[in-house]
Amino acid sequence: MLMGEVIVVTSGKGGVGKTTTTANLGAGLASLGSRVCLIDADIGLRNLDVVMGLENRIVYDLVDVTSGNCPFRKALIKDKRFENLYLLPAAQTKDKTAVSPDQMRALCQEIKNEYDYVIVDCPAGIEQGFRNAIAGANQAVVVTTPEVSAVRDADRIIGLLEKEDLREPKLIVNRYRYHMVRHGDMMSIDDIIEILAIDLLGVVPEDEMVVVSTNRGEMVVTNNQSRSGQAYRNIVRRIKGENVPMMDLEEGGFMRKLRRMIGLK
Amino acid sequence: MLDFLNRIFGRESNQSRSVAKERLRLVLVHDRIGVSPQLLQSLKADLIQVITNYMEIDEDALEVTLDSSENQVALVANIPVRRMKRKFQTESA
Repeated sequence: MLMGEVIVVTSGKGGVGKTTTTANLGAGLASLGSRVCLIDADIGLRNLDVVMGLENRIVYDLVDVTSGNCPFRKALIKDKRFENLYLLPAAQTKDKTAVSPDQMRALCQEIKNEYDYVIVDCPAGIEQGFRNAIAGANQAVVVTTPEVSAVRDADRIIGLLEKEDLREPKLIVNRYRYHMVRHGDMMSIDDIIEILAIDLLGVVPEDEMVVVSTNRGEMVVTNNQSRSGQAYRNIVRRIKGENVPMMDLEEGGFMRKLRRMIGLK
Repeated sequence: MLDFLNRIFGRESNQSRSVAKERLRLVLVHDRIGVSPQLLQSLKADLIQVITNYMEIDEDALEVTLDSSENQVALVANIPVRRMKRKFQTESA
């Protein structure tokens, strides 16, 4: 019997990339051969299915499972591209109180017996939906962007996670713009880490390919040309316990090549 | 022009990056301690009451905030003084 990890992806503030992160971590882990089940815990605002391009396959949802209408295996949707990747979609017509923390705990317990990784996409906010999403988790990933509002909310979330005994959450800084940091117009990784005092799991550079992939219902982690894809692949390997150095965040492209050509780097 | 030069040499303390970091640091001091704005407001009112016994101050410009450095939290009050009172009221007076 497997005993998988249950990882909750959370942030506090909305719109920083929780769902995109969940989908890419899932796809990345599955492409390395792990058995992965993603749970969309954002009841009423279902989105993980669309990001993964699986929106047309939903029959049963999370509330059907927790309320005992159907066994979880029957509700899981198998991904189109990755052999080992499954999604348990959120209910769209119910609200966040349709699930209790105890039900989530029991569900995660059941699923992790059959999967290497269970990744829970947490709703924004710190209310019932958040409490449900973290109930069954034994690890937490906090996603933020380099903005005052997002980092402030991340700090609040880290405090709440630790109160719920989810010690040592790991940080992903999303939508990082190296050129702005270099010009002093964006907080750096070091600034954020210094303030939050938390371990860094990875940095995902701002990348238009994320938008393009999401438009198509694909995950950028499989795009070998994309820098954000590379960042997600590194994060996935770190989750699997590998020691992967942080990628060079300096933008690729013309100026960099030029600088390298004239021997500045 | 100055802006342009600042961008090139880029080590100005008024860069938005340092402004963001400082604002974030201060807001987290308050968040982490869990002091309510009402408490600070009431503290401010009491401070004004005490200080005006001794000096005339600019009540609108008065700032009371919390700050932290190296695991210590400090109460920082910035109180612009207009003028001292010649005769301060003692308790016996």
